[in-house]
Amino acid sequence: MTPFRYLAPTSIGAAIDALKASGGTAKLLGGGTDLLMALRARRYAASVVVDTKRIPELSGVNVRADGSFRIGAATPCSVVAADPALSAAWPGVAESANLIGSVQVRNRATLAGNLCNASPAADSVPALIAAGAVAVVAGPGGERRLAVEQVTTGPGTTALAPDEMLVAFELPAPAPRSGSAYLRLTPRTEMDIAIVGCGIALTLAADGTIAAARMALGAVAPTALPVPEAAGVLVGRRLDDAALKALDAVARAACRPITDKRGTSAYRIRGAGVLARRAAILAASRAEAQP
Amino acid sequence: MTMKISTTLNGESVDFLCEPNQTLLEALRDRLGLTGTKEGCGSGDCGACSVIMNGRVVASCLVLAAEAEGAAITTVEGLAKDGVLHPLQQRFLEHAALQCGFCTPGILVAAKALLDANPNPTEAEVRLGLAGNLCRCTGYDKIVRAVFAAAADLRGETVA
Ligand SMILES: Cc1cc2nc3c(=O)[nH]c(=O)nc-3n(C[C@H](O)[C@H](O)[C@H](O)COP(=O)(O)OP(=O)(O)OC[C@H]3O[C@@H](n4cnc5c(N)ncnc54)[C@H](O)[C@@H]3O)c2cc1C
Ligand code: FES
Ligand code: FES
Repeated sequence: MTPFRYLAPTSIGAAIDALKASGGTAKLLGGGTDLLMALRARRYAASVVVDTKRIPELSGVNVRADGSFRIGAATPCSVVAADPALSAAWPGVAESANLIGSVQVRNRATLAGNLCNASPAADSVPALIAAGAVAVVAGPGGERRLAVEQVTTGPGTTALAPDEMLVAFELPAPAPRSGSAYLRLTPRTEMDIAIVGCGIALTLAADGTIAAARMALGAVAPTALPVPEAAGVLVGRRLDDAALKALDAVARAACRPITDKRGTSAYRIRGAGVLARRAAILAASRAEAQP
Repeated sequence: MTMKISTTLNGESVDFLCEPNQTLLEALRDRLGLTGTKEGCGSGDCGACSVIMNGRVVASCLVLAAEAEGAAITTVEGLAKDGVLHPLQQRFLEHAALQCGFCTPGILVAAKALLDANPNPTEAEVRLGLAGNLCRCTGYDKIVRAVFAAAADLRGETVA
């Protein structure tokens, strides 16, 4: 790694000051599981590495009185995945965090790093989008909020200014009778990069029809892809064979994948439809299990 | 800009010097002479560099040495106590759960972290828990058997 300075600020303000002072040459450090690799491979250089893990507001999963959640940007995935309240409310988000790398990786890797590294295949991002998660971004002028789907702009690029940082994710309280799921397609069960990923969240009405649906796909476009058409084909219907077929079709139609060594474009498109159906069935079964 | 880092390393207070762009793995091996921790891939994939940091197993090739300030770290050198092997080490020997041994320090450390958190794991939990540790020679079955035998020892269930 080329030489850099290491700073471990203990407040958001001090971290923003360090980013500003560097004139755009600083890099934020979460778990380092992407950053250290990139620095070592000299994909980019940094004059300063600003560690986010000593800032108290950036650590931990908190459920608020209204049932909504705040996940600190520097919270490791193993803590996110093991949080009982989050796992009950947003199982899709918890299971996506639990799929990232190995135990060693999850003990370090953060959701903020997963999002801001901006890989099209980042596992937690479709799950966060399906949950309606909002990214809280701090900068010199204060805080702003962006829907998670607005944070990445392409492979490796984000909408954050060089002196901005993600401080937390906010997730709403799930509506009663809601369930969510995240599934991915990989050749190996662990330690692999998604060929396709699918996050979905469903809410059931009293009569068993679907009242609300949010779905997003990973690894089939330059950024994680919200599929608003999923709500169009599901809402007001039961999750029967016809609805699943329609969901499969809108998932496939949304894909704009590349062909690479992990999978051809055609395989990814087919896989997106299959995962959408399976994730919807899982999410619906979780919603039914809710009181 | 050389930094001074204070840690608790294998139960003892240890200070060391490092450069900001050095990894914890480099500091352990090259500054502190603790060469039990191995570098396999240098990219987080193989687990040969596993150490326990503040109670959680991490890949030390993906940790900056400077991040260890104030941390409690256990390396494979911290497993044996007063010349007596840790049950995991003893069972790995008895079950021939190693051949070249390059992966072994990392697997021992990862298995210790696993059993510390979950003293009575299922086979699936052991296999998933060690999925970040690659072994090129032994085959994972003997490793899993050795971890089970050590887990029973640690629970005090072993019949002599
Ligand atoms: C062996 C291995 C296996 C992996 N497996 C998977 C997998 O299965 N699925 C998957 O999706 N990924 C996987 N990854 C990739 C990686 O672990 C994840 O993307 C992880 O979530 C990154 O988080 P981090 O905290 O380590 O990020 P870092 O490496 O610390 O940072 C990544 C990027 O985000 C920026 N950043 C960090 N924090 C902030 C912040 N608060 N605000 C703004 N920008 C910030 C950094 O500057 C950097 O550009 C794997 C990596 C390894 C090494
Ligand atoms: S050397 Fe660190 S994981 Fe391989
Ligand atoms: S014994 Fe050789 S790599 Fe595991």
